[in-house]
Amino acid sequence: MNTLNESILTLILLFPLAGALLVALVPDRAKLPNWIALLTTLISFGLTLHLPAHFIAGQGGFQFEINRPWVTNPAIYYHVGVDSLSLWLVVLVGLLAPIGIVASWNAVKERRKVFYSLFLVQQTAMVGVFISLDLMVYYGFWELSLVPMAILIAMYGRKDGTKAALKFFLFTFIPSAPLLVAILWLYARTGSFDFATLQILIHHGLFPAGALFWVALAFLFAFAVKVPVFPLHGWVADTFSEAPVALAMVVAGKLGLYSMLRFHIGLFPEQARAAAPTLIVLAVIGILYGACMALVQRDFWRLLAFAALSHLSLITLGIYGFTDLGTTGAIYQILNHGVVDGAIFLLLGVMESRYGTSEIDRFGGVASKLPRAATIFVIATLAMIGLPMLNNFVGEFLILSSTFGAVSQNLAIAATLGVILGAAYMLWLVQRLFYGPQSKLTESRPAADLHFGELLALWPLTVLMLVMGLAPSLWLGTIEQGVRTPQAAQTDLQHLIYATPNATYGEAQR
Amino acid sequence: MNSVPDIFRILPEVILTLTGVFVMLLDASMKPASFRRPLGWVAAIGALAALYASLWQLSLPMGTGFYGTVETSSFTVFFHVLICGIVLVSLLLSLDTLPEDSHHQGEFYALIAFGAVGMCLLTGAVELLLVFVALEISSIATYVLAGYRKDTPRGPEAAIKYFLLGSFATAFLLYGIAMVFGATGTTQIYEIAHLIPTAPNHGLVLAALGLMLVGILFKVSAAPFHVWTPDVYEGAPTPVVALMSTAPKAAAFALLLRVIYEIFPSLHAVWSPLLWVVAVLSMTVGNLAALRQKNIKRMLAYSSIAHAGYLLAAFAGLGTSGIAAASFYIAAYAAMNVGIFAVITVVSGYDEKLPLIEDFRGLLYRAPLLGGMLIFFLTSLIGIPFTGGFFGKFYAFSAAVDGGAIALAIIGLLNSGIAAAYYLRLVLVTAQKPANEEGAEVGAPQVGVVAGAAMMLAVVATLVLGIVPSEILPAAEAGAHTLQAPPAENALPAPFAESAIKP
Repeated sequence: MNTLNESILTLILLFPLAGALLVALVPDRAKLPNWIALLTTLISFGLTLHLPAHFIAGQGGFQFEINRPWVTNPAIYYHVGVDSLSLWLVVLVGLLAPIGIVASWNAVKERRKVFYSLFLVQQTAMVGVFISLDLMVYYGFWELSLVPMAILIAMYGRKDGTKAALKFFLFTFIPSAPLLVAILWLYARTGSFDFATLQILIHHGLFPAGALFWVALAFLFAFAVKVPVFPLHGWVADTFSEAPVALAMVVAGKLGLYSMLRFHIGLFPEQARAAAPTLIVLAVIGILYGACMALVQRDFWRLLAFAALSHLSLITLGIYGFTDLGTTGAIYQILNHGVVDGAIFLLLGVMESRYGTSEIDRFGGVASKLPRAATIFVIATLAMIGLPMLNNFVGEFLILSSTFGAVSQNLAIAATLGVILGAAYMLWLVQRLFYGPQSKLTESRPAADLHFGELLALWPLTVLMLVMGLAPSLWLGTIEQGVRTPQAAQTDLQHLIYATPNATYGEAQR
Repeated sequence: MNSVPDIFRILPEVILTLTGVFVMLLDASMKPASFRRPLGWVAAIGALAALYASLWQLSLPMGTGFYGTVETSSFTVFFHVLICGIVLVSLLLSLDTLPEDSHHQGEFYALIAFGAVGMCLLTGAVELLLVFVALEISSIATYVLAGYRKDTPRGPEAAIKYFLLGSFATAFLLYGIAMVFGATGTTQIYEIAHLIPTAPNHGLVLAALGLMLVGILFKVSAAPFHVWTPDVYEGAPTPVVALMSTAPKAAAFALLLRVIYEIFPSLHAVWSPLLWVVAVLSMTVGNLAALRQKNIKRMLAYSSIAHAGYLLAAFAGLGTSGIAAASFYIAAYAAMNVGIFAVITVVSGYDEKLPLIEDFRGLLYRAPLLGGMLIFFLTSLIGIPFTGGFFGKFYAFSAAVDGGAIALAIIGLLNSGIAAAYYLRLVLVTAQKPANEEGAEVGAPQVGVVAGAAMMLAVVATLVLGIVPSEILPAAEAGAHTLQAPPAENALPAPFAESAIKP
């Protein structure tokens, strides 16, 4: 068991990559690529479940750690590990992958090999981002995650895939340039890319504050585009409306928010605190702006994109409120968002593949034709708008109440208004799609209800919405302990001793 | 003390020369109509032998031969191996793609071998006159190769343009050499290095530096000396472009490193801002122009100008780290560029029926292997991690940051953002389904086994450079150290040294 604990993260990381290679090599016959991809993702999901099963809550710091030299000059270490922040995110990525495969089972008809192998490469890149503790390795996976996504958007785009793919790629790639310079600058000063080492060195004021301001800003900028934070959201609507369903639901939101928590707040707490007021205001604007934009969209993918902007801004608000409660709520909300948006994405994908359009106006009265889809969609919608007993309520409540108590009452009220608007556009969407008189399209076009595979993908998500709403303590316990511990870990003497040789090495190098 | 026979110091060059001569004689003794592909194999075996010979040279003690004109060191071996590797891949590529009936094939292979002699010699020469001779040997071979397609109007045009501008640039270099001689009274690089700081006529030294830089920067196609690049690349046969966009550039960069760090290290304050400007100009001009290209070879020509710019950024680094970064970048650039031109050769064919970016639409559908490789090389050119392109840029820009040129690093990285746009456009075009049925009409290009092997070599090299750079970097660093610490004067035969100082 012990050996498995040591290699589990590497396994989770590389298993999808091996699957991708296998998919690329087998002939494209009789859904063979689909089955291999499904099997790969199911097994790697099983592997991710090993993490919460053997995670020792309350221990603090990183677990399942591996730290091996990889490149000697510059000193890049293959350093991976998870803590309570990344633990559930890895599991979430693992969970969404097989569901994404099922969602594309019939939707992807041609070039299946390319689709599934790139999907699996994407999986490796995502897991890599969440578990890397060496800044260079992290940066590597961060960049790598762009390529499969961009290619798949271009290949399977609905209208103008190329434009959307370019937008998606460049919006993330260009801000990564200052990020890389910032990372290099840190390395030039310390001789280390290691997260923990840098954290301690920065904590002990080894760097001039003026320069650190710019470094932190470079980090923040790269992440804020990825989240996205208003007004850097230009890529979202196009990406959501062009990306294949499976990819959009796997990728949305998580990378940027996690990176903010880990690398912006984790490395530069002071600078982050200084930037917090601005970010909080931007987040509140994002909540309201996203909700208002969602209200007027005619295409449900674009509606979902602005809804995501609104929801992700709420999480940003929780993160930069700098309260334990808010941060806990934000991390929990990242998971919720993954689950709920995953279900909604899947269902809208079903609607689009059945009716061949994503224009809301052309639908109407679908519930009588697709009752199962309608039921699950309503449950997911209720979860999304924060009905008590369902999962989003918990996260939203934690974020909003901590904002109200610790940040600003007016802003909390404004943010709550955004949540109410969220109920408006989502319920209106449900009404327009599923209820009312049947539209010409719904009437004329025969459509099958959810088939067994789709149900198999949707039920776990639906059950999770309920469980995560009723028994949040299953998750909140570990998350909250993790949120509380970093302060203690920073002054840990052992950490300090561990870090010092590197520091002096860096000084000597200069 | 100099117990190593002189001939060992130029063993790879000797092997390549013999190969070239042998190929030429064989060619002449064959019937005009006979099958000439075996000649290519002879040349490839020669290149492989030269590669091993260079590796074997590592076992020699570092030093000079032939009266202090040729050097063997980790630095020269690094570049020899690189150049021989590129030549090998280009030869394998040409074997499969040159038309069978062409009865100039023998010349083609012989010229590649002779060009390789010049390039290898250029990296090993420590005597400016030999540098000039080596440069001419390599250039003349490439001039002829550029015009190899005599039947199209573009071929001779490319050759003449390249020849005229190239000789002009060589003249600049020669003027520079003359002025160095005027200032110091010698053309032996180590002696010059000793004498430069105390040279009486500082103006002459500055003029020499400027003129030599112009000549070399032309050869590496850095802006503003880049105008020949797109036209020549467009007109030359693609396998030749695979060679000439990498191997002569690698040799020229080796020369630039030698000139900058061995002859003129004391003039750091002069060349450093100059190269800064040239680096920024090259990347910006290259990338902006590449954005607007429709022809794939022209696009890659501008991209290679931009890459020369990134490479020059490494010169802002401090000594060893800068040299090592530049050497590594050259290797990474060569691997991915040879690879991408190999893919283009196979797709467009020798007669280049498909020269436009649009012609690559749906390549991933028509030929998954070729499409996949094209995308792979493009991701490396973009600089996505786990490819050679990433670590190349990484070392270059971290050398720049180390040397305090943070602005240069930021400009460079923003430029790679611009570059991503046009590389990615090609990636996306490759991945997209053909809009109409034209794709089916064009059909899938056939990949020969030999050309496939050539491409796989490039893929493996790019991956190795990207995943385990620490296996390659020490070689580059060892080279950098030898360049930083030239052998003491006593490595030269005494009488030669005396006679050189007298005038």
